[in-house]
Amino acid sequence: MKFIKTIFALLLVFLVSIGAIQFVAAQDMPFEGVTVNVLSFAGPQVTEPLLRRGPDFEALTGANIEVTTVPFAELYTSILTDQTTGTNSYDAFVMSPQWNADFVAAGILEDLTERVANDADIEWDDIAPFFRNYIATYNDSIYVIPLDGDFHMVYYRTDLFEEAGLQPPRTWEEYLAAAAQFNGQDLNGDGEADYGSCIPKVRQGQSFWWIIDFASGRLQSQGTGQGLFFDLDTFEPLFGPNPAFLQALELFNETTQYGPADELTLDLNSTRDLFLTGRCALTMDWGDIGSLSIDPERSTVQDLVGTVVIPGATEVLDRATGEMVACDETTCPYAIDGINYAPFAAFGGWGGGVSSAAEPEVKDAAYAFFSYLNQPAQSNVDVTIGASGYNPYRLSQFESLDPWVEAGFSEAAAANYLGAIEGSLSSENMVLDLSIPATNRYLQVVLDTTVSQYLAGELSAEEAAQQIYDQWNEISDEIGREAQHAAYLASLGISTSE
Amino acid sequence: MENRIAQTTSQLGGTLRRNEIKSNFRQNLFQRQGGSPRTVLLLPAILIVLFLSIFPLIISLFLSLARVNFVRGGINIDFVGLSNYEKLLFGSQQRHLLGRFSELTLPGWVIVIAVSGAMLYWLYRYITGTNRTVAGAFFRLIGAILTTLLVWICVSTLSNDGLPGTMVVTLIFVFVGVSIQYGIGLMLAMLLVQNLPGKRFFRIVFLLPMMITPVGIAFLFRMLTDTHVGPFAPFWVSIGLQNFSWVESAAGARAAVLIGDIWQWTPFMFIILLAALEGTSRDQLEAALVDGANRIQIFRYVILPQIAPVSMTLILIRLIEAFKIIDIPRILTGGGPGTATESLTLHAYIEWRSPNLGGSAAVSYLLLILVTFVALMFVNVIRQKVVEKL
Repeated sequence: MKFIKTIFALLLVFLVSIGAIQFVAAQDMPFEGVTVNVLSFAGPQVTEPLLRRGPDFEALTGANIEVTTVPFAELYTSILTDQTTGTNSYDAFVMSPQWNADFVAAGILEDLTERVANDADIEWDDIAPFFRNYIATYNDSIYVIPLDGDFHMVYYRTDLFEEAGLQPPRTWEEYLAAAAQFNGQDLNGDGEADYGSCIPKVRQGQSFWWIIDFASGRLQSQGTGQGLFFDLDTFEPLFGPNPAFLQALELFNETTQYGPADELTLDLNSTRDLFLTGRCALTMDWGDIGSLSIDPERSTVQDLVGTVVIPGATEVLDRATGEMVACDETTCPYAIDGINYAPFAAFGGWGGGVSSAAEPEVKDAAYAFFSYLNQPAQSNVDVTIGASGYNPYRLSQFESLDPWVEAGFSEAAAANYLGAIEGSLSSENMVLDLSIPATNRYLQVVLDTTVSQYLAGELSAEEAAQQIYDQWNEISDEIGREAQHAAYLASLGISTSE
Repeated sequence: MENRIAQTTSQLGGTLRRNEIKSNFRQNLFQRQGGSPRTVLLLPAILIVLFLSIFPLIISLFLSLARVNFVRGGINIDFVGLSNYEKLLFGSQQRHLLGRFSELTLPGWVIVIAVSGAMLYWLYRYITGTNRTVAGAFFRLIGAILTTLLVWICVSTLSNDGLPGTMVVTLIFVFVGVSIQYGIGLMLAMLLVQNLPGKRFFRIVFLLPMMITPVGIAFLFRMLTDTHVGPFAPFWVSIGLQNFSWVESAAGARAAVLIGDIWQWTPFMFIILLAALEGTSRDQLEAALVDGANRIQIFRYVILPQIAPVSMTLILIRLIEAFKIIDIPRILTGGGPGTATESLTLHAYIEWRSPNLGGSAAVSYLLLILVTFVALMFVNVIRQKVVEKL
């Protein structure tokens, strides 16, 4: 009898222990058995941190993170059609903030405001105000968790510029002069002629953003609120037959002379590799080049890369008269040494959005995953890894050079790189990317196709400018001109500081 | 009791009558279908296939007349009439679809006048023929006008200052591609119909490209056409062409797409033509040889007439298929440089992706009309003539 009692007691202890372990595990594993299907960009950059950090998050929370990728050109449509047709194959998306207007209007995105407010680990105030407001917030609610901060910048080879006694380019004319000087020289010591400038210009890639850089300094001079794409009063497109945009087209076209012969078919990864293997003196890119340049597996130009904000212009468009006017205190109030800089927050940065159609526990898990990626412990490391595709967006990422030096930067290179980003971020004349309904049609279809036609010689600069102007007006009229005008004005009301 | 018996009898009579009617109906149904139940049994499958084929056609026709907006909880469809077509044919998208027209050069005029003359002659032959009908004359008149118009668009946009749109680019891919595929396919088939050593091996080798997915072929050619890091890079360097690319120009890029397409689809032509050649009558060949015909005469008067029906069907199938080209230009060139290699299907895809579902459906419908028109003209004009003549 005593033996049986002992057996029962042991069994009881065993069962209680199992229950306790399960209880503790359940406490520790809040998303045990929950699968989150995330749709992302087939970079491999941008998705790399999801794949690398996913297993860690799974071990911490019990959630199962499944990542599906599609090419950039298909990401917008994939999310839109999946969610609006009720297919709902995906629970969360890594997406562009430019799509917030369309996705919020279509009811695709879950409002994350409350979750962010209750999440101390995310350290929301540490995210730079611009990214907090531009990427994350739409109509005063938070819909997207920032994962990346994006600006276009110009990268140059410090060794070549020092040797030639040149200063980094301040205007596009200086950029072209330097590109012409280095083009055809052997820049990496392999005995082959190399290139002055490498810019990805393939159609249906991400190349339509570069023409915006060439236009920014000539079209926007009165601060961020002036906007780059449309006239504030009439909503007439500024990308059209005006001297500023025509000059931008011609300057952009001229860079092709100093690039590889197949530049019109090169995508972003191709030009990155050309620059990182020492074959180009200059390139334009997001912040990725900085962190990729220290990767010994991919780069032969470690510590030889300088970064500057996007070059500016000494003349700007007078929107009232349609003429170019020289920069002075009135026409270019934010000019530095007579040059109007308008750094372009191209794309804005990748962010994570949660599907409003997902199950409640999946929404919680998806939010927790994006929060985990965003938290300083993870993101402060990820932004120093070139393969991540993520660039700095937290204030703490600019404060200390230590993580950058630990990652492989020299102190001078890290200071130069972060200085260029900070310079762009703090500019009062920063250019906001277009973020209104049908942004994709304005930029990825009309601008991309037309600029590609112009670069291929199918259209003259005047024809290209007129085509963009006409087709942008057509899209605005189709969707509703007044509504688009209002959305544009609202998008420029975004605060870039506290 | 009597009432109940009467009621039961009446019920039984009713049941018998119903069974009789059912039986008659079945009999009638089978009799109407030629007395065979096969057609009736096939009917559900046919209806399902018809539904699956016709339903998307109707929906896409409706979409092509509408503007689709994505709104909370689904999509909002606004009927806009022919606005999407108007935009493509006469409005802002005309240059994209049809191209930029230019003054015709002298050779251009010669081509347009020759085609119009041929069309007039074709109409004249029909009208003065014995089997003429009003409907036949009407449809031939439409066919003649459209053919002349198509030729004028092609010649005008391919002239000096012209710029071919996606429709003309597609027509180039279709007609140049299919012609070369047929020519090479026939040559290879003629070669392998001989008793050469390694015949079986080459048959399999020649078929391999057809078994590769088109996207794979596009990536393969993307690598081959890369003059900097592709396998031919050392060759280009050795002849002093370091910074050079032959796919940067419109003609080069179109040639690259065509080479990929020809490489992929020549095996299809080859295998069917080989079967046709192997099925030709040996008696006629031997008779021609005995009569002293040379090789060219044998090919022209003995072989070609025998493979003509197969060839015409083969070309028709490939023509229809070739109009849908998208994979190779999408991957190899992205439709560029500019719009030099953008086919109609790629055009529709880019519109769909924007997302402009109405515009995309309109492009697709124009493609459907073009394919149907070319196929009908091919069947009614070329195929008939060739088969009759040979």
